[in-house]
Amino acid sequence: MKKIEAIVKPFKLDEVKNALTKIGVQGMTVTEVKGFGRQKGHTEVYRGAEYKIDFLPKVKIELITGEEMVTQVIETIERAAKTGKIGDGKVFISPVEEVIRIRTGERGKDAI
Amino acid sequence: MKKVSFSLLWVSLLTAGVAFAETPAPPKVDSGDTSWMLISSALVMLMTPGLALFYGGMVRKKNVLGTVMQSFIALGVISIQWVIYGYSLAFGPDVGHVIGNLNWIGLRGVGLDPYPDYSATIPHQAFMIFQMMFAVITPALITGAIAERFKFKTYLIFLILWATFVYDPLAHWVWGVGGWIRNLGALDFAGGLVVHISSGIAALAAAIVVGKRKGYGEEPLPPHNLTMTLLGAALLWFGWFGFNGGSAVASGSLATNAFVVTHISTAAAALSWMIVEWAYRGNPTVLGAASGAVAGLVAITPASGFVGPVSAMIIGLAAGALCYFAINLKSKFGYDDSLDVVGVHGVGGTWGALATGLFASKAINAAGSDGLFFGNLSLIGIQALSVVSAWVYSFVVTLIILKTLDWTMGLRVSEEHEMTGLDLSQHGESGYSF
Repeated sequence: MKKIEAIVKPFKLDEVKNALTKIGVQGMTVTEVKGFGRQKGHTEVYRGAEYKIDFLPKVKIELITGEEMVTQVIETIERAAKTGKIGDGKVFISPVEEVIRIRTGERGKDAI
Repeated sequence: MKKVSFSLLWVSLLTAGVAFAETPAPPKVDSGDTSWMLISSALVMLMTPGLALFYGGMVRKKNVLGTVMQSFIALGVISIQWVIYGYSLAFGPDVGHVIGNLNWIGLRGVGLDPYPDYSATIPHQAFMIFQMMFAVITPALITGAIAERFKFKTYLIFLILWATFVYDPLAHWVWGVGGWIRNLGALDFAGGLVVHISSGIAALAAAIVVGKRKGYGEEPLPPHNLTMTLLGAALLWFGWFGFNGGSAVASGSLATNAFVVTHISTAAAALSWMIVEWAYRGNPTVLGAASGAVAGLVAITPASGFVGPVSAMIIGLAAGALCYFAINLKSKFGYDDSLDVVGVHGVGGTWGALATGLFASKAINAAGSDGLFFGNLSLIGIQALSVVSAWVYSFVVTLIILKTLDWTMGLRVSEEHEMTGLDLSQHGESGYSF
C-alpha cells in the first residue's frame, strides 16, 4: 500500500476529487495549507506599508491506495490539477506500513 | 384645621407652574430639539464601538480584543469621570478663562430644565449627555497610535488623567462660556480642535514615548480583518451625523446643513483617497476608501455648521489626498503611529480648522463668521492661533502624563506579552475560537 500526498492549487480541489472518485478512489483527507516552491509570493499594500507575502494558500490531498492503483492515481491527479502555470504543486509517494478500519477492525487492503 | 391646610396644599401645588406677570416665562423644552439631541447622543455613542471595530480590524488577530477593549472601556471610565467632575470642568462656571469650576460636581445643579448658556430649548442634561459622548471617544482615538503594545492597567489611569488635564480644559477653552479660544472668536462647530487635533497630537506624543512595536519595519504587521474595519468606518460615518448634526443643539436648518455637508465631505474624501492611492500604488483599496471617508469626516467636523455643500466637497477632496500623503510621510519621521491617528486626525483636523477659516460663511450661520474666501481676513489667523495652541497644549500635557505613568507604572507590556498578544496577556481571552 502507498500513501499519496498531493499539494494542489485550492480551486483545483473539486476537479481532482471528481477525477479520483471516477477511477475508483473511495476516500481521501484534505487540509488547507500554505507553502511556496518556485512560485513567488505577492505583495500587499496597507496604507503605504508593503508586505511581501511568501506563503501561498494550497490544498493538500492525502489518500492511501493499493500498489496496483498507484500509477493510475498519480496520472489522474497530474491531469486534473495541472494548469501549466507555475505553482501547480507536487505529488509525494511513500510506503504505508498498516491501515486499520476503526469500526470493524479490518486490516490491510480491506481497510482502504 | 387639617382640612384647611390640606386645601391650601392643593392650591399651592396647582398654582406652582403658573407664571406671574412680573417673572419671565422659564425657557421651554422643545420636543423636536430634545428628540434630535437624544438621538444624536446615541449616534455619537455608537461611534465608540464603531471606532473599536475600525481599529480592531487593522491589528493582528492576537490583539483584536485588546484593541477593541481600549475603545469600549472608555465608555465606562469617561462616562463616570464626566458625571463626577468632567462636565463641571469643561462646561461649568468659568475660572480665569481656562477651566470650569466644580460647582457641578456629581451633576449637581445640572437638571432637566434648559440652561440657556448652552441649551436654550433642551434639558441641560440632554446637552450634558451629548457632550459626554464626545469626551468618551476622544481619548479612545489616541489608542490607534499605541496599538498592540500598551498595558491595560496603565491605560485606565491614562484615560482619567488625559480627560482631566487635556480634554476638559480644551473643551472649556473652545466651547465653555468664558473659554479664551471661544472668546477669541475661533470657530469649532463640532470638535476639530477639541477632539481631532487634541487626540492627533497626543497620538504623536504617545507614539514617540511608547516606541515602536517589536518587528516594526522588519516583519509584516498587516490588518487581520478589513471587513471589520469597513464595518467600523461605516458606523463612524453613520454616527457622525449625530456628532456634527447634533452640534447645532437644535433640530432644524443648521442641523440639516451640518448633516448634509458631513455626508458630502466624507463621500468626496473617500473617493479622493482611493483615486490618489490608485494612481500612486496601482490599486484602489478598501482600507484606502475607509480611511479616506474617516479623513473627510474629521476635516468637516469644525466646519460643518459654517460651510455649504460645495465648500464641503472641496474640503473633503483635499482631506482625502492630504491625509493619504501625510500617512505615507510617517516612515520618513520614523515613529510607529500604528493606525495613523496623527495623519488622519491630527492633519485632517488641522486642515478642517484652517479650512473653516477659509470657507466659513455667515450666510450659512449668522452666529459664526465669514472666512477668507468670503472677504474676512481675520478668521484664518484666529483659527491658526487656536490650532497651534491646541497642538502645543495637548502635546506637552500628554507627554507629561505619559512620562509620569511610564516612571510609575510602565507603559508597555513585556516583550513576551507583546509576542503572545494583548488578548491573552492582558485579558486572558481569545478573539476567535474557530
